[in-house]
Amino acid sequence: MIINHPYLGPRDAAEFVYLGDASLLERPDWQSEDAASEFHDYLHLRDNVAGEMRELWFHEQGDRSWLVVTRNTITHEVIKVEMARDVAQKISNGAAA
Amino acid sequence: MRYSALEVLKQGLTGNKTWKPAWRDPEPKQDYDVIIIGGGGHGLATAYYLSKKHGIRNVAVLEKGWIGGGNVGRNTTIVRSNYMLPGNEPFYELSMKLWEGLEQDFNYNAMVSQRGIINLFHNDAQRDAYVRRGNSMIMAGADAEFLDEDAIRKELPFLDYDNARFPIRGGLAQRRGGSVRHDAVAWGYARGADENGVDIIQNCEVTGFDIKDGVCHGVETTRGKIGGKKIAVCVAGSSGHVMAKAGMRLPIESHVLQAFVSEGLKPIIPGVITFGAGHFYVSQSDKGGLVFGGDIDGYNSYAQRGNLPTVEDVCEGGMAVMPMIGKARLLRSWGGIMDMSMDGSPFIDKTHISGLYFNGGWCYGGFKATPASGYCYAHLLANNAPHPVAKDYRLDRFISGKMIDEKGMGAQPNLH
Amino acid sequence: MKQEFRIAESKVEKEPILHFSFNGKTYAGHKGDTLASALLANGVKMVGRSFKYHRPRGIFSCGSEEPNALVTLKTGQDVEPNTRATVIELYDGLEAHSQNHMGSLKYDLLAFNDILSPFLSAGFYYKTFMWPAAFWEKLYEPIIRRAAGLGALSGKEDPETYDKGFLHCDLLVIGSGSSGLMSALTAGRAGASVILADEDFLLGGRLHMEQMEIDGSSSSAWADKAIAELSSMPNVRIMPRTTIYGSYDHGIFGALERKTDHLKSSDGKPRQVLWRVYSKRSVLAAGATERSIAFGNNDRPGIMMAGAVRAYANRFGVGTGKDIAVFTNNDDGWHTARDLAAKGVNVKAIIDSRSHVNITAPEGVQTHLGTNVINTKGRHALSSITLSNGETLDVDCLAVSGGWSSNVHLTCHQRGKPQWNEQIASFVPGGELPVGMSVAGAANGSMTLASALQTGRDTTIEVLKDLGIKAIKKALPKVEDEASETSVFFHVESGKNRAWIDLQNDVTAKDVKQSHLEGYRSVEHLKRYTTLGMATDQGKTSNMLGLAVMADASGKTIPQTGTTMFRPPYTPVPIGALAGRSRGKEFRPTRKTPSHKWAKANGAEFVEAGNWLRAQWYTKPGESHWRESTDREALATRKSVGICDVTTLGKIDVQGKDAAEFLNKVYANAFGKLGVGKVRYGLMLREDGIVMDDGTAARMSDTHFVVTTTTANAVNVYRHMEFCRQCLWPQMDVSLISTTEQWAQFAVAGPNARKLLQKIVDKEHDISNDAFPFMACGEISVCGGTPARLFRISFSGELAYEIAVPTRYGNSMMSILIKAGEKFDAVPYGTEALGVMRIEKGHAAGNELCGTTTAQDLGLGRMVSKKKDSIGNTLSEREYLTRKDGLNLVGFKPVDESKSLQAGAHFITKESEPTMANDEGWMTSVCYSPNLGYSIGLGFINNGSNRIGETVTAADPLRGNTLDVEIVSAHFIDPEGERLRA
Repeated sequence: MIINHPYLGPRDAAEFVYLGDASLLERPDWQSEDAASEFHDYLHLRDNVAGEMRELWFHEQGDRSWLVVTRNTITHEVIKVEMARDVAQKISNGAAA
Repeated sequence: MRYSALEVLKQGLTGNKTWKPAWRDPEPKQDYDVIIIGGGGHGLATAYYLSKKHGIRNVAVLEKGWIGGGNVGRNTTIVRSNYMLPGNEPFYELSMKLWEGLEQDFNYNAMVSQRGIINLFHNDAQRDAYVRRGNSMIMAGADAEFLDEDAIRKELPFLDYDNARFPIRGGLAQRRGGSVRHDAVAWGYARGADENGVDIIQNCEVTGFDIKDGVCHGVETTRGKIGGKKIAVCVAGSSGHVMAKAGMRLPIESHVLQAFVSEGLKPIIPGVITFGAGHFYVSQSDKGGLVFGGDIDGYNSYAQRGNLPTVEDVCEGGMAVMPMIGKARLLRSWGGIMDMSMDGSPFIDKTHISGLYFNGGWCYGGFKATPASGYCYAHLLANNAPHPVAKDYRLDRFISGKMIDEKGMGAQPNLH
Repeated sequence: MKQEFRIAESKVEKEPILHFSFNGKTYAGHKGDTLASALLANGVKMVGRSFKYHRPRGIFSCGSEEPNALVTLKTGQDVEPNTRATVIELYDGLEAHSQNHMGSLKYDLLAFNDILSPFLSAGFYYKTFMWPAAFWEKLYEPIIRRAAGLGALSGKEDPETYDKGFLHCDLLVIGSGSSGLMSALTAGRAGASVILADEDFLLGGRLHMEQMEIDGSSSSAWADKAIAELSSMPNVRIMPRTTIYGSYDHGIFGALERKTDHLKSSDGKPRQVLWRVYSKRSVLAAGATERSIAFGNNDRPGIMMAGAVRAYANRFGVGTGKDIAVFTNNDDGWHTARDLAAKGVNVKAIIDSRSHVNITAPEGVQTHLGTNVINTKGRHALSSITLSNGETLDVDCLAVSGGWSSNVHLTCHQRGKPQWNEQIASFVPGGELPVGMSVAGAANGSMTLASALQTGRDTTIEVLKDLGIKAIKKALPKVEDEASETSVFFHVESGKNRAWIDLQNDVTAKDVKQSHLEGYRSVEHLKRYTTLGMATDQGKTSNMLGLAVMADASGKTIPQTGTTMFRPPYTPVPIGALAGRSRGKEFRPTRKTPSHKWAKANGAEFVEAGNWLRAQWYTKPGESHWRESTDREALATRKSVGICDVTTLGKIDVQGKDAAEFLNKVYANAFGKLGVGKVRYGLMLREDGIVMDDGTAARMSDTHFVVTTTTANAVNVYRHMEFCRQCLWPQMDVSLISTTEQWAQFAVAGPNARKLLQKIVDKEHDISNDAFPFMACGEISVCGGTPARLFRISFSGELAYEIAVPTRYGNSMMSILIKAGEKFDAVPYGTEALGVMRIEKGHAAGNELCGTTTAQDLGLGRMVSKKKDSIGNTLSEREYLTRKDGLNLVGFKPVDESKSLQAGAHFITKESEPTMANDEGWMTSVCYSPNLGYSIGLGFINNGSNRIGETVTAADPLRGNTLDVEIVSAHFIDPEGERLRA
């Protein structure tokens, strides 16, 4: 597979390390009343989509950036690649707003 | 029709013209006591033991394609019970014992071949972990044997001992481990279940569940609605996909595991060998092909195919541990979809929906578990209580914290 | 050595003569021959035995689809089994042997199986060999295994080397026949970067195997001209002997280039190169493969594919027989007769299953329309055929054509699903093709020369347009196109005679029918039950036949019955090539510590730690056992001072305004208030609350920390911290970089550690106990201005420091430290002594931090701060992880101190049975403590902290070392920690 890194251009997927569903960006609040159950779901339960999925890849043999890759799990087509930090920033801004 | 040498002889003399179909091709009935979703090894084994052990015969196995077409038809055929943790080892040892009597039990030669499995270790820490594991095995009633470097050299002279990046220091052997002809397992169970009255319905895809007020009453399929008192999902690889139809999210991801077979060769590898410092394991089939594999590709996938880096990684491991296979050629590669769970261990459990049961999360170890999985799932369905050796395979174990994590990798499926 | 069957002019070069041997007999051939063509030229008919029935078999095809002619090349360690004679390029001195027979090829003892064949029909082995149960492994299976398999490996290391490479192009053209050449010409002329790959050594595909005209010259000459033009283009890379074996995601292809297989010796050069080709677009121009017809005894040597017979005549100048008949269901078979007649080979008859044809036979050739071949004779080679009209013809070669199947293989490697085209009676590419792939020519069902040329050009013009490259449209070469009609006919009812479908795996039409009878009706069941198409040729010439017979049996059409799918590789790829250079010592990179050279010169034995090599111990003259060295090192360190290279521990530089807050969230224990110049032990959890790693964090300034990790987890911890930084807390002002390789670090431990260091640390840095107490850190300089970092931390439990210098000084630093320590009898110590001292001190390491351990298990439960958010805090509180009687890490000693403890032993209460129900924990690490004089260990046992003093049994049934042990504190030495602070 080839991942089109937003800064570095197309790179072989072998340069990357895969983590999993990009929902891991949305870490629950430790002080929430339901924190135990929220953390359980956050860490363990997956939509496991057959189709377009947003997922986290780490460019370990490259610039060490985490990317959010939107990829089809049936065809392996890569639809979109974003810097995870930008996505996370948006999430945290959203949470603050 | 009972299979025997005599029958083969008789049929051979009369032109092999009166063999009977191994299973019927029935139309689905309106209602069943148990509907098993998934005509793979585990589903068929469940039907077999339900009908044989528990006398529950009004059973349907629904298969979206052809039976045995999932992971039981695409694996590296290894059987073993060399696990470490108390949540696992007794279960796999039950499986091993069931393998040992399987063929006579269901009158089908699945070529259960206990040629042994040897896991190689390369340093003291690996040795200590294998000793711990070997002791677990013996304490659970399985067999295990510790081999030092000299013993390994004697037994497997063709490994790379003198120029190895990670020298071989010894191994843990399970002599009762080995391989089984994978397709035959599905067919044997199917034929046995069919003889007991189970309806095996191929080309019948489940498209939805009939759930009202927290109770599951049946399924919708491409061949119409079918009612059932108990609905038993058994579709490892597609678990996430199917259980989503019941509104459930699972501690499972779907990943692709590739496996490989070489051209046929005269016998050269006696049993199963796993290479602890690389990602490689191998055995040789009765037909002569080297059957080998390694790690999963590592990314979520429902495509039954993988990519080159993994192919090359596996072959690198092969050449590192046994450089004699350089001129053996990789003939065929294939990819199977694995239910990778959050701790690397499976589930055989009820769900929060009454009447809906779940069996899945087998990672890449489902084949060897086939008999015990069917046996314990049938037990759960018949008694509504888990079989003692499968009692820890619960869906809520991540809530309690009682994980069964053999590799110690935590909640990251692609590392198990 | 007369080549009796060599006929007219051809692509082989007459001079010089090449000599080769087959089964020990020497023959002559030419450059440009394959082993198969040379054998045929010499009249060798029988070249092998079939897999199951050991029937005599001859050369069947002229390409990589060959099912029969598998031979073993070379001998001894160089042996290469299962090689297709039809693709082996002849060289002088080539040595080949037939395989899969017991005794000689001619008198194979296993041919007995053929007589038993009625009892060896499809799936017979599933129905028998079950009694008695124990006989399977002991008797039946060994016999089956010995009889099965094809060729044999040497059992010795493959002496060849293999390389890997990467290529990029705009357009990959797969196949160099008419459409492939047209495609490459079109793209090359337009200036695109093109790779043209073909598995053959002679580029041009069937253009050399036919007698056709293009632009007024022979098709073969046209091909040569096209290749010459392409060779002159700098933007075109031409790769003969290169098989594109697999299509992978996003336009990536696997390719195998055979570099030296056509030479007698590879002379130390890589034998083959495995390329990964990254293409923007690809044109599959892989042509088509002829398939057979199943009829009675259709497997004898001399029965061949008609297209192959023609190819041997046209390309290789070889007549495959003296009297040849053609059996066909299509017009193409007639072309074989025509070409053979033109070359002066005697064609006796054309037998066509069709009743009406629109084609004429060459003069003097009898034709039998609406007629089939129903049986053949000839024990080791074909001698006669029997027709359905009752006639018998004496022939030594039968050319069979069941029509041509498009080579769709690469189109199905991803999601493609071939579709049936009734008109040409072939599956053609269908479904979703691999990204960027177009198909041209016969591979796409364009079965005539004119259409192949045209689709080759037009497809490529479309592709170029897509790439934004302007094509130069040139007129197509002129050819006289001839319509070629075919029919759907694959199987002659053959009564009692067996009609082979899969020649290599010995699958007959009867087997397919029996498979249907027994309910194995889906194509996949058929394949698996009969082994049809599972041989080394992957059923390239046979799958269609099997499908057709199954369709007949079930009363369905071929497309209703199923389709034939293909998985990579297209043809088998050597495992050696797939591994490339990653074998032996080069299997994985070797990381050496900065003091490696010094260590080597000073008697070190090395041990692998991940990819690192670390000094395990240093052998002094007179020491003969590792324990002697290790004991000496540990004792000397505790007595005076020892030095150990600890560079392999991961080092991560953490900088930024929020560095402290970041670490506070990454570590389970509090970090916010750590003062500058101080070090703190850090416990890192995974989000699931299990211990991930431990290490230290040293605050070098307000905004700068140096974090250490264990050697094993250096990479994971860094990745995890980057995840935290980028994905969880992007708003934090913090940066990370791994500096493991930038700093050489040494532990200096022992009561004289300070005194030693004082000799090299520059005077302006006060490292006295008051100025630089336990857990202090600072930037210093040594040896007159060399920058260094000093940390007062201890893994051994002694007064100890870790000193870091830039890596380039690492090796000299080691000798400087040893020299500075001469007065104190300083010793270098390795990982064994390091391990001894950490066990004596009760520190957890890899064996304890095994990924299932909680802080509570380690006795560090109170470190997990409940007052802040950090990774893993929440889930570490789960019920099972905080249970009262859970595992605790404690120490163990043997009740009988003369005995040795064993890691991996399980704890059970005394006198109980070693069963899983009684299992209470396990021993994680053990060593002989030279300081205490007996064996000690660490381990986890249920409720261990409250069981100090209890005796339990450490059961090691695996090695028969069961032993009574006493539970003791894990801190065997200096439990109060006075030495640390000295």
